[in-house]
Amino acid sequence: MAPKEPIVGAPALRYEGEAKVLGRAKYIDDLHFPQMIHGATVRSKFPRGRITAIRYGEGVPWDEFTIVTWRDIPGENTIVHLLKDHPCLVEEIVNHPEEPIVLLAHPDKALLRKAVDAVTIEYEPLPAVFTIEESEAPDAPVIWNSEAGDSPNVFKTYLMEKGNVDDVWASADYIIEGEYSTGAQEQLYIENNGVIAEYTEESVTVWGSMQCPYYLHHALQLAFALPEEKCRVIQVETGGAFGGKEDYPSVIGCHAALLAMKSGRPVKMVYDRLEDMAATTKRHPSRTRHRTAVSKDGRLLGGEIEFAIDGGAYVTLSPVVLSRGTIHAAGPYNWPNLRIRAKAVATNCPPHGAFRGFGAPQSIFGLERHMDLIAKTVGITPEELRRRNFLQPGGSTATGQLIKDPIDLNGMLTRALEESGYHAKRAEFTKTNPTSPIKRGIGFATFMHGAGFTGSGERRLNSLVAIEIDDEGSPEILVSSTEFGQGTNTILCQVAAQTLHIPYKNVRIAQPDTHRVPNSGPTVASRTAMIVGKLVEDASHNLLTCMRASGLLEETYTPEQFCHAALAYKQKHGELRATARYQAPGDIFWDDDKYRGDAYPAYAWAVYVAEVEVDTRTYMAEVKNFWALQEVGKVLNPVLAKGQVEGGVAQGIGYAIYEKCVWKDGVMANNQMTNYIMPTSADLPPIHVLFEEVPSIHGPFGAKGIGELPMDGPAPAILNAIEEATGVCFNHCPLLPEDIFDKLANPTSISADSSQLQPAVAGPVFSGTTS
Amino acid sequence: MSIITFTLNGSQVSVDAPPMTRLLDLLREHLHLTGTKEGCGEGECGSCSVLVDGELVNSCLVPSLQIQGATVTTIEGLGEQTHLHPIQQCFLEKGGAQCGICTPGMILATHHLLEKHPAPTLDEIREGLSGNLCRCTGYMRIFEAVQQTAKLAEAGK
Amino acid sequence: MRSDVRDYTLTAPGSLNAVLSALAANPRLTPVAGGTELMVALGVGRLGPHELISLHRLKELRFIEEHSGILTLGAGTTFTDIRRNATIAREFPLLVQTAAWTGSIANQNRGTLGGNIANASPAADSPPALLVYDATIELVSANGRRTLPYGEFHLGYKKTVLLPGELIYAVRLPCRFAKHRQYVRKVGTRNAQAISKIALAATALMDGATVREIRLAGASLVDRPARLHATEAVVLGKAITPELRTLAAAALASEIKPIDDIRSTAKYRMAVACNLLDEFLLSL
Ligand SMILES: Cc1cc2nc3c(=O)[nH]c(=O)nc-3n(C[C@H](O)[C@H](O)[C@H](O)COP(=O)(O)OP(=O)(O)OC[C@H]3O[C@@H](n4cnc5c(N)ncnc54)[C@H](O)[C@@H]3O)c2cc1C
Ligand code: FES
Ligand code: FES
Repeated sequence: MAPKEPIVGAPALRYEGEAKVLGRAKYIDDLHFPQMIHGATVRSKFPRGRITAIRYGEGVPWDEFTIVTWRDIPGENTIVHLLKDHPCLVEEIVNHPEEPIVLLAHPDKALLRKAVDAVTIEYEPLPAVFTIEESEAPDAPVIWNSEAGDSPNVFKTYLMEKGNVDDVWASADYIIEGEYSTGAQEQLYIENNGVIAEYTEESVTVWGSMQCPYYLHHALQLAFALPEEKCRVIQVETGGAFGGKEDYPSVIGCHAALLAMKSGRPVKMVYDRLEDMAATTKRHPSRTRHRTAVSKDGRLLGGEIEFAIDGGAYVTLSPVVLSRGTIHAAGPYNWPNLRIRAKAVATNCPPHGAFRGFGAPQSIFGLERHMDLIAKTVGITPEELRRRNFLQPGGSTATGQLIKDPIDLNGMLTRALEESGYHAKRAEFTKTNPTSPIKRGIGFATFMHGAGFTGSGERRLNSLVAIEIDDEGSPEILVSSTEFGQGTNTILCQVAAQTLHIPYKNVRIAQPDTHRVPNSGPTVASRTAMIVGKLVEDASHNLLTCMRASGLLEETYTPEQFCHAALAYKQKHGELRATARYQAPGDIFWDDDKYRGDAYPAYAWAVYVAEVEVDTRTYMAEVKNFWALQEVGKVLNPVLAKGQVEGGVAQGIGYAIYEKCVWKDGVMANNQMTNYIMPTSADLPPIHVLFEEVPSIHGPFGAKGIGELPMDGPAPAILNAIEEATGVCFNHCPLLPEDIFDKLANPTSISADSSQLQPAVAGPVFSGTTS
Repeated sequence: MSIITFTLNGSQVSVDAPPMTRLLDLLREHLHLTGTKEGCGEGECGSCSVLVDGELVNSCLVPSLQIQGATVTTIEGLGEQTHLHPIQQCFLEKGGAQCGICTPGMILATHHLLEKHPAPTLDEIREGLSGNLCRCTGYMRIFEAVQQTAKLAEAGK
Repeated sequence: MRSDVRDYTLTAPGSLNAVLSALAANPRLTPVAGGTELMVALGVGRLGPHELISLHRLKELRFIEEHSGILTLGAGTTFTDIRRNATIAREFPLLVQTAAWTGSIANQNRGTLGGNIANASPAADSPPALLVYDATIELVSANGRRTLPYGEFHLGYKKTVLLPGELIYAVRLPCRFAKHRQYVRKVGTRNAQAISKIALAATALMDGATVREIRLAGASLVDRPARLHATEAVVLGKAITPELRTLAAAALASEIKPIDDIRSTAKYRMAVACNLLDEFLLSL
């Protein structure tokens, strides 16, 4: 018998929730191994230079310490991501501040700190660059050069073309240009990066806080020159990640493992907040330039977009971040002609990395601000401009992907504007603003986010999941997909329970351990619900087929009968296990060379509306109310889904108006929670989460991805609202009161802004900066 | 070293530790109670929150000698093996815990808030929890959990 | 945690007298009250003094009393104590307000008024309120007590009149501000748990349209908590007119010396200080 109530779509309680509310969940720093000692990192204090000497100072009993340098690395000195340019430990040339040079381990944590401070590193400085502009300057020092890169200081470029944009400028009624930029953003998971490593009998095991156990697994194989089966990675409870624990655990994981190998003891490495903020990855800073041809009735005729991101000192994941940013740069609009040039450049900042949204929040920020500029220039409302250009079913995206799903962006926009009282508020604010020191405004952004890896990524990942019956007759899901708050455990168990027709609480999910779980791919890219969820559904079906074929399970059954049948099968055959491997949908094609085709199997679509106040005495902007409407396919768990959206919106609000990384020559100067300002409970507005559900054939029970989408919309919606409120346009986020002050108090600086150019004078001065 | 004697989750304990040891480390490292978390070590995030004589404090900023003779409650002292405390139950049901790292501190802050304001307004909740940073939830589910707890307590009276 | 706690000593004599004798005997001893400043320094490895003495829970320092029109707050009064006191709420609402925005609830449960004053940060929240309430401060040491106007306590950036071995004992506020117009506004990095970028506190007594008495003080405007005497002088005895407001803004701009730092810029602070002053003057 199937359970009476559906499980999918119901608010099943968080799988590991009880342990969390009781304080019993064990995170990495809560674990202690016998004989365990502690590890720490000596880092560069300078952005770029050649090391001439390393001195171990007086007063430290160095013979008690385990000391590791690059010479101790048994395999390749690299942290492998896409390329191998990123060393595990510096050999000679330092390329960014906080770069790891020496590793130390000792049983006494407090002594370790003193030892780190006692190591001095001497170097010969080399010229360095810290911003996109400095990196691309014609006379810039070459700080990164590799055959794999496209030109000096450039990690990767993409060229994406549709139609022929060169032909549109002559016939355009308006040519509208704008430049938009975004700053770095710290993930600020509340649990810092941390791992414990053990090295015994030529094999290495790392436990840690992470998103992608198989990434570290791969990195270990190279650094230790060990075969797959000699490397083992186990994810433990992870206190937030948001992309920040996608690639970085490979660094800290290899480091702890080296110390464990040399010391012969388990080594724990847990960063403190200062080190985590200073040394680990952040969201890529970006710059987007738009030049758009528009007809007088507000139709996009064509556009050129230049998208650049600052990758930091090594390639790490920048090409993939760039790729997602590039594809999302066109937004949910119909572009008959489009050319996007994108590049990721090298700077001497610590490598920038994954952060929820992965390039999309950056390019969507530029586009959605630019759309409001276009509307203003053409003289129609932001709403009308979008309505005239929305993608429709049957239309095609910028990569030439045919829209097959019955999306209705017009309907969504109507609903979001109605729910938020947009029109009435706009009218009211226009009336009240002139006489009030507090200027109010309402703005919105419309956008989409692709679920799963880009292009042929899923094909290459070739993910595998398994379901196994345990000794009690309960199915256990085996995946490398990790839980770090988003609800992976819960939704995968819901999918399996519903498919197997047994109660949710009867399903287990294994701790991700590369010795036990197959590689179901990394937990990134909004792919878990849709891609891995579907595989769990398939594996569940395969399990049932196998049980039925054995004659042990009837067509209909009770949970008890399922359990008996499973145990009976196990007794007879030794084990009961079913798997499912990713199969690319037959009608999805992607051309990596031309950068065209079906970029993602499915997209989530959204309209976000922000209501703001700007106080003209303090120049502070505050978000007073927020509406997030999205179409994400079937909502697997409404409580978890709402929580995902609210959390993403909160990070987006931080990105828009609070969270600024202050850089001084590649060093994050505000690497403390007191000085890096994330929103508290007193700073956030009510967040109204609204869903539309158009089931997708690609996900389990029609689900699509939801994880990253909510990060994309808030910043442009908020800055659009701030422009509504103040009449002044701001094209950079984060937008702090000091920035608002600079423009509001100095009207002269406004006209100097290129985005204020009248369309008539905006000649073809669009300076090419991409090689 | 000093002998520090205090009441921890209902039982008396004595620990021999340097007097400037942070209460956080006394709990986690000397007493192996790891439910109290360290997020920042500078009083900003609240994940190390505990109750000392009923008042919410950041244990990363308390020198251990100052809890001599005090009563300390940590997350481990709130629920019981078989029974979640109503706040814990409401956090579980309303989705107030995602990654869970802020959760012990958040639950103790909620406990303190509800002691002072048994039926808190939304603004009182927003203020009362503003020293406990949560990066996952955007706080909305947490507000609901707090309101739900208050409602249940009111109904149970 | 970037310090080795074994390098530090801390003692907790049970009485104020015992603390004062210990301080007299060893001038290197540094007091710890709520620890919300010192323990942060310990955590990041920057706590200079290594010999510490605890003031926590000294009853002699933690009290709030009213006597013949003078409210006395012991240095050990916490921000939570201030927020919960009915007399302060009635007579000195600005002090309640500044207590309420000093860090988080957890911080207010531990942090003390004495610690806030002794720490002498130009960005601290309570000092501006104390200054516009015309506070006096009482200091105590093994040699006895002395009292001075609070405005004379801060000598420069993080410099005070406190002598080695001397403690802040209490702060006294005259209960005579009920008829004054009172104003305070903090401009921080966010709504809660924020360090001030700037703040302005003000009290003024009006005689019809004329300003009979005025006191102004701010946070992060000069290198220490201080009254804004030049600006006060422009306004005193005048009626608030547009011309006067312009003059007042000019006086303020020449009197304050805000700086660029990690939290804000000098020119922003300057502009906002003038705006807040104007907001207050307009309300008179
Ligand atoms: C997260 C956080 C947020 C904060 N936010 C704010 C804020 O918004 N506004 C603000 O103003 N402050 C803020 N603070 C700073 C701090 O909380 C206050 O300055 C508090 O008042 C310090 O008091 P305390 O008793 O904890 O000081 P302690 O740390 O104990 O001592 C601070 C200094 O005062 C000295 N001292 C203490 N008592 C006496 C005494 N009686 N006589 C002589 N010297 C004494 C100590 O020796 C030390 O030098 C914040 C701190 C933290 C950690
Ligand atoms: S760890 Fe104590 S407040 Fe963050
Ligand atoms: S649940 Fe992750 S920080 Fe709050």
